[in-house]
Amino acid sequence: MKITRKDVENVALLSRLELPEEEMEMYSGQLNAILEYADVLTKLDTDNIQPTAHVLPLKNVLRADEVKESLPRDLALSNAPEEEDGYFKVPKVVEG
Amino acid sequence: MDYEVVIGLEVHSELKTNTKIFCGCSTKFGADQNTHVCPVCLGLPGVLPVINEKVLEYAIRAGVALNCEILQFSKFDRKNYYYPDLPKNFQTSQYDLPIAVNGHLDIEVNGETKRIGITRIHMEEDAGKLVHAGTIVNSDYTLVDYNRTGVPLIEIVSEPDLRSAEEARIYMEKLKAILEYIDVSNCKMEEGNLRCDANISLRPRGTEKLGTKAEMKNLNSFRALEGSLAYETAREEEILSEGGRVIQETRSWDDAKGITASLRNKEQAEDYRYLPEPDLVPIVVDSARIEEIRKSLPELPDARRQRLMNDYGLSEYDVTIIIATKAMADYFDEVVSHKVDAKAAANWLMGDVAKHLNNEGLGIEASPVSADKLAGMLILIDKGTISGKMAKTVFEEMWTSGKDAETIVKEKGMVQISDEGAIIAIVDGVLAANPQSVADFKAGKEKAIGFLVGQTMKQTKGRANPEMVNKLLRERISQ
Ligand SMILES: [Zn+2]
Repeated sequence: MKITRKDVENVALLSRLELPEEEMEMYSGQLNAILEYADVLTKLDTDNIQPTAHVLPLKNVLRADEVKESLPRDLALSNAPEEEDGYFKVPKVVEG
Repeated sequence: MDYEVVIGLEVHSELKTNTKIFCGCSTKFGADQNTHVCPVCLGLPGVLPVINEKVLEYAIRAGVALNCEILQFSKFDRKNYYYPDLPKNFQTSQYDLPIAVNGHLDIEVNGETKRIGITRIHMEEDAGKLVHAGTIVNSDYTLVDYNRTGVPLIEIVSEPDLRSAEEARIYMEKLKAILEYIDVSNCKMEEGNLRCDANISLRPRGTEKLGTKAEMKNLNSFRALEGSLAYETAREEEILSEGGRVIQETRSWDDAKGITASLRNKEQAEDYRYLPEPDLVPIVVDSARIEEIRKSLPELPDARRQRLMNDYGLSEYDVTIIIATKAMADYFDEVVSHKVDAKAAANWLMGDVAKHLNNEGLGIEASPVSADKLAGMLILIDKGTISGKMAKTVFEEMWTSGKDAETIVKEKGMVQISDEGAIIAIVDGVLAANPQSVADFKAGKEKAIGFLVGQTMKQTKGRANPEMVNKLLRERISQ
């Protein structure tokens, strides 16, 4: 599978990233290298092997439905670039 | 051309757990913004989610109640999209191995039973709430409250088996009733506990191929659901009959204007790039556990409908109203457990009780007249202590004072006069005072008796047994 420039544009758009021209080229190359490497796996015969859902041999790790203390709000907001009135403040989400 | 409407619904229901799906934050509605958040639900680096065991149990309950196959091996996946209501930039959901698949739900449409397929039920986390100064379009920025982020949801996806806006509403009502009966969701649509996305397309009747669909998101009332689908049906029909093409898009419902409008979003193509959630291990449910949950389910609406019709001879119409909510059905069952006449109980429930509840915007569970108190009043009617007419007054008094019927009757001296001697004395007085009406009645004017009954009732302040008054008046006149 070859990553085209169009794929990179699409992934950048979906990820809300604005990529300058030179980075567009750079990421195309890097992503292709990664995929080529992973491509090795497609050479294996996996016909009779179930897909792996998880790498650890664990199942059913559950917790009781008991309320635990939440974060104090000022601490919760302390990493936010902007806040207002106890809310996280972000750029508008819909084009007017 | 004649078009057939094809509708499928995706219903999101918040589960009534104490805590969120992957962390111990409270799910309580109405808290101050960003006070029910922690590193897990804020998606801070290095945290690990752990599944709430109640979420799994409730999802299986819903699956079993909706006749689904419960997958014995199920897992979580990441649904990737970038929107500020999602602090992790992905929603933890289930993709290819949801907890339940291949179920169905039967609905009653015009007296006939129709089976609607349930494709799947999966568990996922809710997103946060966006707040805008002004509207979403004209505001300069967006404020985010993450209290709702991580509140557990099940999404119930139907097959495209619904054929009208009305069928969609009936399906949603039935689904709501079942979720309430099995006690997994509060189903308060006004609080967003239950909301729905609808896909709708039209195709020429008799053809198989599905038309291009429009999607409506976040319909949060039955009115919005039925209204938007009726509007879309007409809109798409007009486009198609004029030879146009329906565009595949998401549309929003404007409740005030009663129209749908195209919603232009930054997201161009839907591409969620699902991947298995590495932070959560798979869920394995054995058949013993599924059976245990199946056995713990209460009587569901269909079974209850059948029982009320069989045991009490109630009409389909009456039963449909009574079973619509579990609280109403429980109230009814409690009233009739006092061995009162079931038909009378149903009439009072759908008459005076429903009227008062509606007037005050209350649910039956908040009724000042409890099931026991209503039964107490019905027993007094049964015994002849009070007439049906007096009962109206007693009911009003019960509603406002909260007292029981027997106390009210005693306090107000409202006991019905059923003593023949006492009534005869009053009847004779009325006859003597109204010779003209007596003459009219004798001349064949049946209406005159009504006037005489009225006069007698007036003299007894409504306490005389009306049937007895009627009988005695006729007897005394013909003597
Ligand atoms: Zn949390």
